Amino acid sequence: MSERSGDAEALGGGRSPGPVLAVEGLTMHYSTRAGVVRAVDGVSFSVGKGQALGLVGESGCGKSSLALTLLKLLPENAQILSGRILLDGMDIVPLPEERMREYRWSRIAMVFQAAMNSLNPVYRVGEQIIEALEVHVESAREESLRRVRELYDLVNLDPSLIMRYPHEYSGGMKQRAVIAMALACEPDVVIADEPTTALDVIVQDHILREMKNVRAELGMSMIYVSHDMAVIAEVSDMVGVMYAGRLVELGSTVDVFRDPIHPYTRALTSAFPSVTGEKHELTVLPGEPPNMIDPPSGCRFHPRCPYATDPCRSETPPIVRRGGHWAACWNPTGEGA
Amino acid sequence: MQTDGSRPLLRVDGLSKRFPVSPVWYRRSNSFVHAVDGVSFEVARGESFGLVGESGCGKTTTGKLLVRLMDPTCGRIVFDDGDEGPVDVSTLKGKPLKRFRRKAQMIFQDPYESMNPRRTVFDTIVEPLKVQRMGSHLDRLDRVLRMLGLVGLTPARTFLFRYPHELSGGQRQRVAIARAMVIEPSFVVADEPISMLDVSVRAGVMRLMEDLAARLEIGYLYITHDLAAARHTCSRIAVMYLGKIVEIGETETVLQSPKHPYTQALLSAVPVPDPTVTRPPVRIRGGVSPSLDPPARCRFYDRCPIADDFCRDNEHPPLQDKSSGQMASCYRV
Repeated sequence: MSERSGDAEALGGGRSPGPVLAVEGLTMHYSTRAGVVRAVDGVSFSVGKGQALGLVGESGCGKSSLALTLLKLLPENAQILSGRILLDGMDIVPLPEERMREYRWSRIAMVFQAAMNSLNPVYRVGEQIIEALEVHVESAREESLRRVRELYDLVNLDPSLIMRYPHEYSGGMKQRAVIAMALACEPDVVIADEPTTALDVIVQDHILREMKNVRAELGMSMIYVSHDMAVIAEVSDMVGVMYAGRLVELGSTVDVFRDPIHPYTRALTSAFPSVTGEKHELTVLPGEPPNMIDPPSGCRFHPRCPYATDPCRSETPPIVRRGGHWAACWNPTGEGA
Repeated sequence: MQTDGSRPLLRVDGLSKRFPVSPVWYRRSNSFVHAVDGVSFEVARGESFGLVGESGCGKTTTGKLLVRLMDPTCGRIVFDDGDEGPVDVSTLKGKPLKRFRRKAQMIFQDPYESMNPRRTVFDTIVEPLKVQRMGSHLDRLDRVLRMLGLVGLTPARTFLFRYPHELSGGQRQRVAIARAMVIEPSFVVADEPISMLDVSVRAGVMRLMEDLAARLEIGYLYITHDLAAARHTCSRIAVMYLGKIVEIGETETVLQSPKHPYTQALLSAVPVPDPTVTRPPVRIRGGVSPSLDPPARCRFYDRCPIADDFCRDNEHPPLQDKSSGQMASCYRV
């Protein structure tokens, strides 16, 4: 895995002297009654200051588990087996929970999918944001309220909504409030897990634009987690494609979309119908995502891959580099193939 | 609007559904949510007709009315699959309604919620046959097996006695499709059939639905918020906004040159899977206005970027032919 992390650093940290967040060989397993689920397996990447990384993949590929691992917000049956999570050069993996709390929210925060009830229905939304604030910043109530008003302004919410309950908010408003909450302590890195998945397209457009503006304004780094290639294409500078717990392709968004190396990335980009341009035949990827308790040997994508050959079935694929991106594949597709 | 000389499979005329809203439960209400408000369109035999719009625009309610899972407040739904002449579905009762159910089926959005977790795949798919008293027990088994093969759950025998929790999302949706198709209906309402599925599985389910439509000559009402998916499956689409159809026409024409400002906004908000493209800002104001007792003027007035005083002072504009069969309800285009 060390060679892979070297790649990620060379590609990801290009813009600034040191990456804000660097992940090296991160492996996280869940133990369940049915067996060990290898949710995140040797993932390495880094995000520079002000950069946005998009993580794409299907449900169950480990992208949300990876996001939760970065905040160490894991359930009891989860265990980080190896790897490092460097926040401004400091490894947060060995930190005990009490120390972790200082970092969580103030340095690295998360925007959850609002539809998944991340707001408590029996507390006013403003109070929930104030609570998040007061854990980290000691301030008078007046001061906190002023800050909440600033945050509402930032995400385009009417300040009169501050003392309302979540059920009085529409879906888009809830999502904005959740974003405001994540920004409360001005973190260096914000992780957004499917931030617009449950929203209508017009609301999605507003929220994505606002998040982009906020990122530019505050110079934050962002990690977007989504299954939607189109959303990722619009909001991120870099993209990482995950399949069965592993990062299979990583690099600049433009390069990955223009000339995908990994057959899975290629399939994802052409499985999406588009409203503009030529109407293309959609690729049907046979089969289903693998069971993570007993993932396929060799390249985990080989049972569904149209280009699979013998080495794919037995051996871990090598890193193929091209332009501003790399992929782990025995039979790379596209221009150089 | 008729696509060929023959009679359409389904003709919907001025269909409306209002839900009463009362401040206190024991008092008669005089407020109504106009969920579907005077909607008219036609679906031809074997055609895929798309109904698109944002959540809350009334598209699912329209679908449920068409298969009579709900009773319309007013309007007509004339169904004619050539077997026994045209029938007005909106007022059917008893035996004729049950006969209609043999011909019209619905596929629901969420394959995790639309199935009884205690019933096996066989129980789920065979139920419509039992309700309609079709075939002997052996015939039914035979049909279920054939259907499983058709929806790509092979080998069929290994799936018969599985429970929903043993299936993936894509497999469940295939079971849901099999259940809708097993009585060989001529009309199917598909309510967001792929939105809960994984990207790589979506294309497969879309293709399966197309294949079955061609093979069994099924007319679809395809309900979706995803314009790109509608483009791939539907020959014609209608765009709904707050219970009204605001634009209707051939899918390609509507998507390439949208006439109504709402259709234009909706289209320009769709993310483009190409990082080199920067979309222009979406021209729309505010959020969806409430559908509780809406004023008589254009439903889109509050959000419209081009509305003027005429739009404010007049009734909701009627659907007008804007260019060779493409209809839009707007005074300003």
